[in-house]
Amino acid sequence: MTRAITPDDLDAVPEISRLATGERGGLPGVRSEADAPVSPDELRDDQVDGPELTARLAKTWGTDKGIIGALSTVDHKVIGRRFIATAILFLFLGGLSAVLMRLQLALPENRLMGPDFYNQLFTMHGITMMFLFGVPIGEAFAVYLVPLMVGTRNIAFPRLNAYAYYVYLFGGLMVWLAFILNIGPDVGWFAYVPLSGPEFSPGKRADFWAQMITFTEVSGIAVAISVIVTVFKFRAPGMTLDRIPLFVWAELVNSFVIIFALPAVVTASATLMMDRLVGTHFYNAAEGGDALLYQHLFWFFGHPEVYIIFLPATGWVSAIVVTFSRRQAFGYIALVLSLIATGFLSFGLWVHHMFTTGLPQLGASFFTASSMLIAIPNGIQIFCWIATLWDGRPVFRAPLLFVMGFFFIFVAGGLSGIMLASVPLDTQVHDTFFVVAHFHYVLIGGNVFPLIGAVYYWFPKFTGRMMSERLGKWHFWLAFIGFNATFFPMHILGLMGMPRRVYTYLPEMGWGHLNLFASLGASLFFASFVLFLYNIVSSARRGPVAGPNPWDAGTLEWAAASPPRPQNFDRIPVVTNREPLWANRDSLPVVAGLSVENREQLVTTVTDGRADLRETTPEPSIWPFLAAIATAILFVGSMFTPWALVWGSVPLALALMGWFWPKPNTEDEK
Amino acid sequence: MTLGPQPDNAMLPHRVVMSARHMPGYAYGVRSPIWWGTVGFAVAEGMGFAIAAAMYLYLVFVNGNWPLSAPPPDLLWSGLFSVVLIASIWPNQLAKRDGEREDLAKTRRNLVIMSLFGVALLVIRVFEFGTLHVRWDQNAYGSVVWLLLGLHTLHLLTDLGDTIVLTVLMFTRHGHGKRFSDVGDNAFYWYFVVASWLPIYTILYWLPRWW
Repeated sequence: MTRAITPDDLDAVPEISRLATGERGGLPGVRSEADAPVSPDELRDDQVDGPELTARLAKTWGTDKGIIGALSTVDHKVIGRRFIATAILFLFLGGLSAVLMRLQLALPENRLMGPDFYNQLFTMHGITMMFLFGVPIGEAFAVYLVPLMVGTRNIAFPRLNAYAYYVYLFGGLMVWLAFILNIGPDVGWFAYVPLSGPEFSPGKRADFWAQMITFTEVSGIAVAISVIVTVFKFRAPGMTLDRIPLFVWAELVNSFVIIFALPAVVTASATLMMDRLVGTHFYNAAEGGDALLYQHLFWFFGHPEVYIIFLPATGWVSAIVVTFSRRQAFGYIALVLSLIATGFLSFGLWVHHMFTTGLPQLGASFFTASSMLIAIPNGIQIFCWIATLWDGRPVFRAPLLFVMGFFFIFVAGGLSGIMLASVPLDTQVHDTFFVVAHFHYVLIGGNVFPLIGAVYYWFPKFTGRMMSERLGKWHFWLAFIGFNATFFPMHILGLMGMPRRVYTYLPEMGWGHLNLFASLGASLFFASFVLFLYNIVSSARRGPVAGPNPWDAGTLEWAAASPPRPQNFDRIPVVTNREPLWANRDSLPVVAGLSVENREQLVTTVTDGRADLRETTPEPSIWPFLAAIATAILFVGSMFTPWALVWGSVPLALALMGWFWPKPNTEDEK
Repeated sequence: MTLGPQPDNAMLPHRVVMSARHMPGYAYGVRSPIWWGTVGFAVAEGMGFAIAAAMYLYLVFVNGNWPLSAPPPDLLWSGLFSVVLIASIWPNQLAKRDGEREDLAKTRRNLVIMSLFGVALLVIRVFEFGTLHVRWDQNAYGSVVWLLLGLHTLHLLTDLGDTIVLTVLMFTRHGHGKRFSDVGDNAFYWYFVVASWLPIYTILYWLPRWW
């Protein structure tokens, strides 16, 4: 059945030997179990074909029915779908809190709500958008799409991935429950000390903020590690570094940024909780602590955070631009290097959030320069996308429309960012609505517009049905006009001196008209999301059946069925080109010989993507879910007593043991 | 160009170009996905150590005089801890080597030794906490000392737990095949616990004496 590859099949790797290492598993001279021949009784995918192969693999890789089955699943698509839906639910909750704020600010001296509720509202808006939507949505798309795009059957460490989802879910539920009970955090999304410290924030509100951080960051780091190892070790044979899809590159760089940035905010929130609970003095100036230390820790995370939100979006943009331009990406290498440069530079600009704290002049100049420097790789990316569109034959469907909106809005936000990088101007408009306008242009332009484009683009893959194109066009224009009507006036309001985080203002300030305009714009923007939701729900039920590759795209996820079967691919593809499906239009080159009865995955080498091992990947298990519950008990308990770290670790340790203990029925125990 | 639904849902036919039948079922070190996962966690946690150490240095810098109203911590127990920790490198290396040789008897022996090392280190650590001469709630110096030492103890505890579970595992019928690769990854993580201690030790015990 196996036949040699011909030179036409491969553009750069003509020899089959270059696609596999052919090395033994055990060390030289060791009789290793790794090299034992496969059992002749075990059915392999070179012995069956067609619908029978599909059905048998779907049974092996499937999720069991019932509630226990649903909570035990390790299928990256099931977890990824939940992850995406949860993050979008939080997007809507964050959006609703913004709508309430806009209602309050529509008129001067409005009495809709008081300052206490408003404080909780803008804090919930900020943390929901940043921690419960912004970071998770990028990772959620990675969980669903990266394994498909690199041509494998599951994410690396699928149980860790399931655990990460539940921990994230519990953290988000915890903080929203606290908000509903009127004990939601009210100290801003960054919870600066001394305001959030024991002296000025008694009660538990600030602790809910701090513990929400712990939940989401544990989850974020776990997913990042799963994504990195998936990209490093589970790529389809032949997918060398320069054939990795740009979306996957973006998620890879993003995962590295997450691993290096998130520990800073965990340290900040943990030490804040210690100050509040056990009387440490990290941020107490009277005992040698320092409030600015907190700001450094927070922004050492907080600035890369902006890029954690933006980098996945560049991946969505690259995927959409390439498919709808009908040509390969212009400047692939430049795009990849820009991603990596952005990742590095994002760690060198955190202090520009602290320009008004009294920095040494040299420091201010350095961070001004680095803030301007990061515009260069981002500019290169924008020019590469424009060149791709220019030289291609662009097809303006809904996903590409939202990418066009992204270009316009993100570039405008980038320009006001260059303005803010200058210390005198930043000092003038610090804490005004100018800054609010700037970062909403950057974040909504840089993340939400590409995200909506990505939903329109991959919805057929997720659900098997197309979204309505007509509603999509309405949606785009409503969102584009609504967004600009809401946020453009805020530039002017900021220049007129309107500060952020005020629950109302006096009529004499002259801010009323622009605020009313912004609030009307917000209602349009809100309506666009209602339309989006309607389009999702109605298309999921009645949209035209999509088929595997409705956009005639080139990356591997479109070689799977829509929605993909539990096994993703009946056989693992062999990659010969950056856009494998454009290079192989009649048939897909594949690897055969993997087990049909057990969950076997192909492990490849990091740089060359040469097939190396056929390793088993974990079966479904309820333990990650139970471990997440134990984690939640430990985290919530430790807001009230430090001893929760002691007694709470017992159930957690038991759950982890259950998780790692081999089950008698798995293949490597037979 | 018309793009749109392909309701026939036709999948691309397959053309088999290579076989995975004879590939090994697992391997060691960089070839193993778990090894990369361990590296990932070591990097994230190493970043946590680096940030806690940066907090310490930042507080030294803003306060000027250091340590704040307390004598530097004692050298006896911390010195003993460091010596025992460095000595544990040897059995750890044996554990990795014999694991890769898939020698079950020696692996069992090595893992028992490593578990005993972990327990001994934990006992020494308890005494070490008793000779810091400062409480966490006395001042910012005390807070950051307890933070660094606590963070390292947490890693000691988790790796000890991991080692004990693995030791028990290797004494059951599960002790074969891919588990030997896990022994190597456990040894790798122990190196991280050792390597992260040395800068922390220097900062906690020697910096206050040199400052």
